[in-house]
Amino acid sequence: MKQPKLAAALSCFIWGGGQLYNRQRSKAAFFFIFQAFLIGVELVSGNYFTGSFQFREAGFFVKGIWGMVTLGTETAILTDQGLTPGDHSVILLIQGIIAILILGIFVSIWVMNIKDAYYTAKEINEGNGTIISSKKWLLKTWEHSFEYIVMIPAGLMLMMFVLMPIIFAFLVAFTNYNNSNLPPSNLVNWVGLSNFKFLFSMGGTEALGGDIWLHTFQHVFLWTILFAIVSTAVPFFLGLFQAVILNNKRVVGKKVWRSILILPWAMPAIISQLNFQQLFNGQFGPINRFLIDKGWIETPIYWLSDPHNPWLPRFTILVIGFWLGFPYFMALMSGIMTSISKDVYEAAEIDGANERQQFWQITLPLVLVATAPLLVMSFAHNFNNFGLIYFLTEGGPINPNFIHAGQTDILISWIFKLTLDHRLYNMASVMSIIIFLIIGSLSAWNFTRTRAFKEEM
Amino acid sequence: MATTTKSLGMQGAGKRKIDTSQNTKSKIKEFFITFAIYAELIIVSIIVLFPILWIVGSSFNPGSSLASSSMFPENPTLKHYRTLLTETNYIRWYANTFKIAIIHMTLSICLSTSMGYVFGRFKFKGKKVALLSVLVVQMFPSFMAMTALYVLFLTFNLLDNHWALILCYAAGQIPMNTWLIKGYLSSIPKELDESAMLDGASKIQIFTKIIFPLIKPIVSFVAVTTFMTPWMDFIFPRLIISTNENLTLAVGLFDMISGETQNNYTMFAAGAVLVAVPITIAYVGLQKYLIEGITAGASKG
Repeated sequence: MKQPKLAAALSCFIWGGGQLYNRQRSKAAFFFIFQAFLIGVELVSGNYFTGSFQFREAGFFVKGIWGMVTLGTETAILTDQGLTPGDHSVILLIQGIIAILILGIFVSIWVMNIKDAYYTAKEINEGNGTIISSKKWLLKTWEHSFEYIVMIPAGLMLMMFVLMPIIFAFLVAFTNYNNSNLPPSNLVNWVGLSNFKFLFSMGGTEALGGDIWLHTFQHVFLWTILFAIVSTAVPFFLGLFQAVILNNKRVVGKKVWRSILILPWAMPAIISQLNFQQLFNGQFGPINRFLIDKGWIETPIYWLSDPHNPWLPRFTILVIGFWLGFPYFMALMSGIMTSISKDVYEAAEIDGANERQQFWQITLPLVLVATAPLLVMSFAHNFNNFGLIYFLTEGGPINPNFIHAGQTDILISWIFKLTLDHRLYNMASVMSIIIFLIIGSLSAWNFTRTRAFKEEM
Repeated sequence: MATTTKSLGMQGAGKRKIDTSQNTKSKIKEFFITFAIYAELIIVSIIVLFPILWIVGSSFNPGSSLASSSMFPENPTLKHYRTLLTETNYIRWYANTFKIAIIHMTLSICLSTSMGYVFGRFKFKGKKVALLSVLVVQMFPSFMAMTALYVLFLTFNLLDNHWALILCYAAGQIPMNTWLIKGYLSSIPKELDESAMLDGASKIQIFTKIIFPLIKPIVSFVAVTTFMTPWMDFIFPRLIISTNENLTLAVGLFDMISGETQNNYTMFAAGAVLVAVPITIAYVGLQKYLIEGITAGASKG
């Protein structure tokens, strides 16, 4: 007779202990390797044998947790021997997140190991002492949790390269990590919600800049919304229009026309954007040169940098966005149009519907139904269309009433400047959280409404 | 039913024949419509082609500044191409980007087809939450994330290493591609899998022998889009890659027109042409698959 509770307790302390008690040697070794690895990494990466214990010199996992809680306790100080090492709060925080995520994996293996010991012991009792071989167990697990096993590599990658950075970016919003408090000569601290209060404090004094932050945020936010809506809607309808023209039965050589028209989509966007930045250059740009040569204008137009009229650069950006954006919708919609069954049109013709009626009553509704879900995706994409702004204007021209933002900056390019140029990391993270709440909930709402998602019921 | 509609159609045809004056009128109308359609196509094509031809033309200009370049240079020269290939690390950048693109594409296809298969064919606990959260979480817009990735690669000694880029790109592409493949799979009848399973095929066999050949169109879409990523991405390699020989093309090209020496437009143009030509040809050549891919994504969305 095996005692399930004893098996579980053994596995609790020595991973695989319960399995050994259940006489499943390979399985025991499998679990034990994880424990050995965990403890091995901790001991090798730490400095445990010097006599005096310090968290700073602990191994990867213990130090990680300590670092995340305290964000370091000693700054680097300049002495006769040079800079003392000190604690680098940000590296501590990130390594802490990494350590906790990896620990999370190990904890789930540990739980699995205890559960397995308990249930196997029970099974052995029920089967009157017959022991399932490890090999059989492996096959059974493979069949039983195939879907989870397949997801492991992708899941680990998502955790490390997608989730971990987001957790960090999220947590920074609750610290005072910015240009006046940079590690390693300063320590970063947890400050709770004060960054959010700072952004929304209307009554903030001018010196603190409370007003200018909110002011900038409001303007940049409105422009971002306008930018995202227009640069989604107009290419959508332009694409629709172009697809209708292209699919007209009178057009000969459809393939050639389509190949030309999808070029903006096929070209790498960054190249087109940098190219447009040059074409619309105020001083030397060929477009201005052409217009002056023709005598249509006398002084150059500062398409992307007019300091007096912010709407000119904004308008130029939008138009360039149309150029870049319509081919995708055109390709998409002409794909849908050709997939509409010919019988539908034949039936309509027989019923006496003319071309216009066919378009309004058949083509358009079908295309709109199929593409509407993509509009939200496209909106989300444009909301964060960093390249279009940054490579055309770098957010300029300057607006002195904004804090670190230009006339054409959208939220994402403002965040870029706050992060990389001005090192206001905490405020940049506050912005990120706000944008995420908007975009995230909008997309979540959209996805839960799609057919693909509802089918999962 | 069929016969009645047919006869109705004949009646319509007969009516049209009788009315001859109507006929000439509609011929004129027909001509104008055709004319307008072609005019529109030509105008839009010019708008589309102008910037592209400009950059191609510029790359053959003898000078190096934007001010002196023109679309049809009088003395076309291959000088910039030569300088690019001999005096800069352009070939290295090209090879780097190509290598990253190929590995990234292969890895992405493996990850997203397996994930798409699992999400498209199996029911398991936490599926819905997983599907929704992977898509929404990655919309977190942040450049702070870059700092975290920087420290991550610093910790694991992967800075200035192409694997850092490959792993990040591949991870970032998983959610979207999983959704695409899952959506495409839902149009393939489940009976195929089920009958194969009755014949004793394992889940892996079902995937490699039955599912994979059927989802090839969407896989080619995923292949092209993932292959494109490293050619376009700018900020991330800028942060991770520090030595000039390890750079990718986008960063190298950007430096040509926005570095200290801003007047290298024509050389940028030459570099851009060399990047854009193969990619554009691939896109145009594979447009059937691409359109099929996005259409599948849309109609099942």
